[in-house]
Amino acid sequence: MKVRILVSLKDIVLDPQGQTVKNALHTLGYDFVKDVRQGKVFELELEGVSRQQAEKKIVEISDKVLANPIIEKFSWQILE
Amino acid sequence: MKFGIVIFPGSNCDYDTLYVLKDVLKQRATFLWHKEHNLENVDCVILPGGFSYGDYLRSGAIAKFSPLMQEVKEFALKGGLVLGICNGFQVLLELGLLPGAMLRNKNLKFLCQHVWLRAENSKTPFTNKVEKGQVLKIPIAHYDGNYFAPPQTLEELKRNDQVVFRYCDAKGELSEEANVNGSVESIAGLMNKEGNVMGMMPHPERASESILGSKDGRYIFESVINYLKS
Repeated sequence: MKVRILVSLKDIVLDPQGQTVKNALHTLGYDFVKDVRQGKVFELELEGVSRQQAEKKIVEISDKVLANPIIEKFSWQILE
Repeated sequence: MKFGIVIFPGSNCDYDTLYVLKDVLKQRATFLWHKEHNLENVDCVILPGGFSYGDYLRSGAIAKFSPLMQEVKEFALKGGLVLGICNGFQVLLELGLLPGAMLRNKNLKFLCQHVWLRAENSKTPFTNKVEKGQVLKIPIAHYDGNYFAPPQTLEELKRNDQVVFRYCDAKGELSEEANVNGSVESIAGLMNKEGNVMGMMPHPERASESILGSKDGRYIFESVINYLKS
């Protein structure tokens, strides 16, 4: 089973890297880009767990390790 | 009295800290390997600066799972003195022994320079040798030192007098310019509510001899020695 987890800064947290990317895009003429938020992608390959167990464990792993809940949020999807 | 300096893969201020404690301040100090389960009866644990685990995932995020950190957590919860310097501060935040988190510096640059710090609380085991409001010159060297805490946490920090150091100018004034990394409310160092765990981004071990441009960092170590003696 393949899972993709997206971790990004919460909306209340300033994202200077995203801002820099946005400024670069504006410099290149892509003025329609209103905002950029940068994050991280994790792809996990799982085996020996049911889909139901996996869903529970993915949240646990994201909350405990992959994201810092004080500044980051996460979302995930099972790919296959 | 004995100090223990934890070494993680990627720590790089471990020897500097040991040198200051042993050679400059004539104290007993030992290294503690992160894979061990034994704190060797030390009286103060220091988590040194560096890049534990290459700062992979987030600064300090992997180090918090090192076997020895469980002992450090128990030691801290029992009232033992723990000082986190730079990456050590980041580990303490990730471990939850101190509140808040670190973001990338506001200008997205690695900052390696001397800064001025204003002591906000002199009644702590780590700052009893300085006066409240005293300005210290100690260097920083970090990429992720932009301290962040949600509003309610900040209120609590201030209410309990947990902010120990703020970035300031040479006169002790706060300003956006002096707050080099963009930390919320210019916070450079803070402690837990109980006062036995402190984290600071500046490196006192790099400012403990005049030949290095400042010996203000000694105040921190001398305060701990003073506290443990009494």
